[in-house]
Amino acid sequence: MHIPDGFIDLPTSGIFAAASAAGIALSLKGAKKSLDEKSAPLAGLTATFIFAVQMLNFPVAAGTSGHLLGGALAAVLVGPYAATLALSVVLLMQSFLFADGGLSALGLNIFNMAFIGVWVGYGFFLLIRKLLPKTKSSITIAASIAGLLSVPAAATGFVLQYAIGGTATFSVQTVLAAMVGTHVLIGIGEAIITGLAVGAVMASRSDLVYGWRGNSSLLEIRKSI
Amino acid sequence: MLEPSLKIEELAFAYPDGNQALFGVNLVINKGERVALLGPNGAGKTTLVMHLNGIHETTHGKIFVSGQLVDAQDKEGLKKIRSQVGIVFQDPDDQLFMPTVGEDVAFGPYNMGLRGAELEKVVTKALALVGMSEYKDRPPHHLSFGQRRRVAVATVLAMKPEILVLDEPSSNLDPASRRELADILRSLDVTVVMVTHDMPYAYELCERAVILSQGIIVADDKTKNVLTNEKLLKDNRLELPVGFSIN
Amino acid sequence: MVRNINKIEISHTELGHHHGHDVGERLYLHRHSIVHSLPPHVKIVAAFMFLFVVISTSITQWQLFIFYFSLILLTLTVAKIPIKLAATRSLIEIPFVLFAVLMPFFGTGEQFSIGPVDLYRAGLLAGLSIVGKGTIGVLIAIILSTSTTAREILRGLEKLKLPQLMVQIASFMLRYVNVVTDEMERMRVARASRGFEATGIKHWKILATAAAALFIRSYERGERVHLAMLSRGYDGVLPHEEVTKVSVKIWIKALTLPFLALLAHLLMIVWK
Repeated sequence: MHIPDGFIDLPTSGIFAAASAAGIALSLKGAKKSLDEKSAPLAGLTATFIFAVQMLNFPVAAGTSGHLLGGALAAVLVGPYAATLALSVVLLMQSFLFADGGLSALGLNIFNMAFIGVWVGYGFFLLIRKLLPKTKSSITIAASIAGLLSVPAAATGFVLQYAIGGTATFSVQTVLAAMVGTHVLIGIGEAIITGLAVGAVMASRSDLVYGWRGNSSLLEIRKSI
Repeated sequence: MLEPSLKIEELAFAYPDGNQALFGVNLVINKGERVALLGPNGAGKTTLVMHLNGIHETTHGKIFVSGQLVDAQDKEGLKKIRSQVGIVFQDPDDQLFMPTVGEDVAFGPYNMGLRGAELEKVVTKALALVGMSEYKDRPPHHLSFGQRRRVAVATVLAMKPEILVLDEPSSNLDPASRRELADILRSLDVTVVMVTHDMPYAYELCERAVILSQGIIVADDKTKNVLTNEKLLKDNRLELPVGFSIN
Repeated sequence: MVRNINKIEISHTELGHHHGHDVGERLYLHRHSIVHSLPPHVKIVAAFMFLFVVISTSITQWQLFIFYFSLILLTLTVAKIPIKLAATRSLIEIPFVLFAVLMPFFGTGEQFSIGPVDLYRAGLLAGLSIVGKGTIGVLIAIILSTSTTAREILRGLEKLKLPQLMVQIASFMLRYVNVVTDEMERMRVARASRGFEATGIKHWKILATAAAALFIRSYERGERVHLAMLSRGYDGVLPHEEVTKVSVKIWIKALTLPFLALLAHLLMIVWK
């Protein structure tokens, strides 16, 4: 899903590069507000985590395997602004260092995976969290559904770009059907893993989860033990 | 009268997840002292250390460094405190976050406003103190664990601290590295607080030892007295290594 | 999303799990060449300009693509990068090559046949275009990352006005990617040594738990790094190097490649 160079024409790539730049600027503002001065090292380690987790293979069947996109997961864990920045940096480094995703297609890729993936995921997370009772398992369920929907949403972004400036000869309908179809399947994997992972973090360090904030209680003073 | 390097009054603290770690710690450490801070796992040692330079905001109680109150709200004062209290973290990978050894040592003094030749001088001196001068341009992950620990000490020394706080300085070190670090620490002219489980190391380097247990100070005496009080040690899940004795 | 196994293995071998090599350095090939010595931001600008010229060229002007590929071969030679290395690393684009290969068989419009197979002309051209341009893009990125350390690339991007926070996030990532992947590898070894092997969906829970543990460890390290930074007076800005001016001569040297490409492109238009 990392679009290479020359797959989408230059004007379209330019438009999405500008959109991505604007989105990153907004996220920088948002991250500063929500993360304070902690933002750089925490977002940095989140980016490292996403980069590493994308290498973690989830076997599907005979020889094929999938890996996590991580947009919804990052949004639920560290908040949508930091998640956008972390994923953008991961994509930036993947294209510059590994040639994974074209340099001229960076704007397209950031738009699909760091924006649509994160924000659609986070939007559904908030919506479902609102509908469910305020319990820890609701967070897990909401994160899971967010993961499920974030993947075909990102794929739709790709189809949109293809429709505007695609250089291939497949019809938009064909691409839409193929992309969204396969990505709903991939989304199921993303949903299960996102849900399980958020659930596991909730179990041991719920205070770290952006989508769930705990309360502090009064302090007790001891004179002896 | 000389102000003590460190004075802690009834310090209590709970983590955001509700776990209370400190339950009223009182402690005074005078200038030039080397004090071992002992205690079982989970006693709150690291939590205490994090309060010394205002990283954990003091929510109950007071801390004074050289007579100055540690106040997380006072940004300018905090900056000064952070240059005075040098914390060497347990995992050198946490401390060495810059791309090269030299840049990492320069990080603190740079934030204190040093630039150019002056900055260069401080970095060179700090690396020389820990015997790591020739590694200046190397990335930290190219060094051995012992070397990284020494560089971590240098990053803090470069700030010319009033108190040097070391969290488990001898952990994961091979015997030679352990010895070299002890020599370095002994050669320094600063107040030292050493958090450790390594009793022989504490005995060797510190004249005084305090035990932190379940969030309060339960013992404060000459290291020799603390380490020879078998009941005290046993009550606090501390032990001397087999074959090690103090007479 | 779905990657084929091939691709995963490539990124794994490239990352490696050995101490003493960070991502950037493993990709970087230390040589003394003009390409290596150019300032990173100059190289990045040159790479983008070359790419723009290539992408705006129509595949029907196939002579130009031969010229572009020769320019890249020339650069690889000048930069002393083995062709084999460049070829292995380009395998990353295989999924899209597969996509492009299908195109001549499905589509509409004019058809022609080679032996027993019927092909669509438009599909064939588009497929060739995607493979041709994609390959050039991949090779350009490979030349960049082989002749420039990851840190230098980052410094170049910083000079090209990548926002400070992004630069910091990326530099933390470069610093800690080995620490984190080592942790991941240790967890894998711990699983394997107790006889666990992930073979299907039924093992997702264990892998997801591993991902969660990795997140907690990464996040906690982020907190500790942040504490270590605060302890040494960090207030949001990392020290950076003084800006050095790049001479016109160096710019000219670096832009030779995109300039030649552009020149050839224009000549072709005029000639037609």
